[in-house]
Amino acid sequence: MAEFTLPKNSKVKKGTAHPKPEGATNTRKFSIYRYDPDTEGNPQLDTYEVDMDTCGPMVLDALLKIKDEMDATLTLRRSCREGICGSCAMNIDGRNTLACLKPIEECKKDAKVYPLPHLPVVKDLVPDVNHIYAQLTSIEPWMKADTAPPPNGERKQSPEERAELDGLWECILCFCCTTSCPSYWWNGDRYLGPAVLLQAARWINDSRDEATGERLDQLEDPFRLYRCHTIMNCTNACPKGLNPAKAIADIKTKMVERLG
Amino acid sequence: MPTDSHSLRSALGRARGLGSAKEGTHHWWLQRVTAIALVPLTMWLVASIVALSGFGHEAFVVWFGRPLNATLIILFLGVSFHHAQLGMQVVIEDYVSHHGWRTTLNLLVKFACYGLATLSIVSILTIAFGA
Repeated sequence: MAEFTLPKNSKVKKGTAHPKPEGATNTRKFSIYRYDPDTEGNPQLDTYEVDMDTCGPMVLDALLKIKDEMDATLTLRRSCREGICGSCAMNIDGRNTLACLKPIEECKKDAKVYPLPHLPVVKDLVPDVNHIYAQLTSIEPWMKADTAPPPNGERKQSPEERAELDGLWECILCFCCTTSCPSYWWNGDRYLGPAVLLQAARWINDSRDEATGERLDQLEDPFRLYRCHTIMNCTNACPKGLNPAKAIADIKTKMVERLG
Repeated sequence: MPTDSHSLRSALGRARGLGSAKEGTHHWWLQRVTAIALVPLTMWLVASIVALSGFGHEAFVVWFGRPLNATLIILFLGVSFHHAQLGMQVVIEDYVSHHGWRTTLNLLVKFACYGLATLSIVSILTIAFGA
């Protein structure tokens, strides 16, 4: 059956409270999911009172401040801090988003920070995304063409054909959408999920690609594609404002279109 | 996520799995077609029953026996049960991950839906032909 509750050893316990620094008057509380694979214990929710007078505006600023000044053991992924790399995707106040694009002002007074849902946790806020990356590889996200490129090496596209890729190429593969999808929670072993299907659409829609039919063949499957029930959590979650649900609907339309 | 965390199979091997089933579109499309067909059929049926209410059993039997009414109600029953079967299959595939259980439940739903559809259609025909 689908897993509706956490297994016993994954239930989140109460954790350590880290009090506000001495002299701080303007503080905010962050409750952060902590899990250490090197100990036998369950995950726990640690709380941190962060001094807002010396903290940057985004949740990522607060997390890095905690790591630098309060608790060096806190583990998270981050890189660009401007919404381009997709590393700091996590669940903040119950919604998947990028910590670097989420203003602390928009958080609840006691902001809850968890890793992306329903993935194995490597440590603290770092989920294991190996399977999603493998699914991305499985759709072969690169150009496939039998026609040799023109002598100058450039395959041309009209402005209209190029416009077909807008709303698809901008994806940063943070997987906020995929891990917000209940269908992916229950059947992620076989369902490709919104992020990977959006990438598939990006190549299906590319006028230079000659493997459109082969790509559709690979997706035509009750689980790989048709686990999408247009729940729309993906579109709601996307921190880049993209619409994976529409990309998937476009793939389904093409599937019907080629029937007759 | 893959449930067998002890497998040494590569991540790509697991993601590719048994490959594409090369079907699913027909099922998805039929679910839409039956849903669209049910819109006018259901409105017709509800309107008819409301119009007939209070006239008693005899009136219903006579009404069901007319060729156009019998045709439409048979269409309604056939399409409804087909739509129900398609929908139940999706729910079972969503929530039941064990392959054996999934197959068994899907078979039971199919037998129930097509059995009940046949029974109800035969009942209408019995009335229509006055047997």
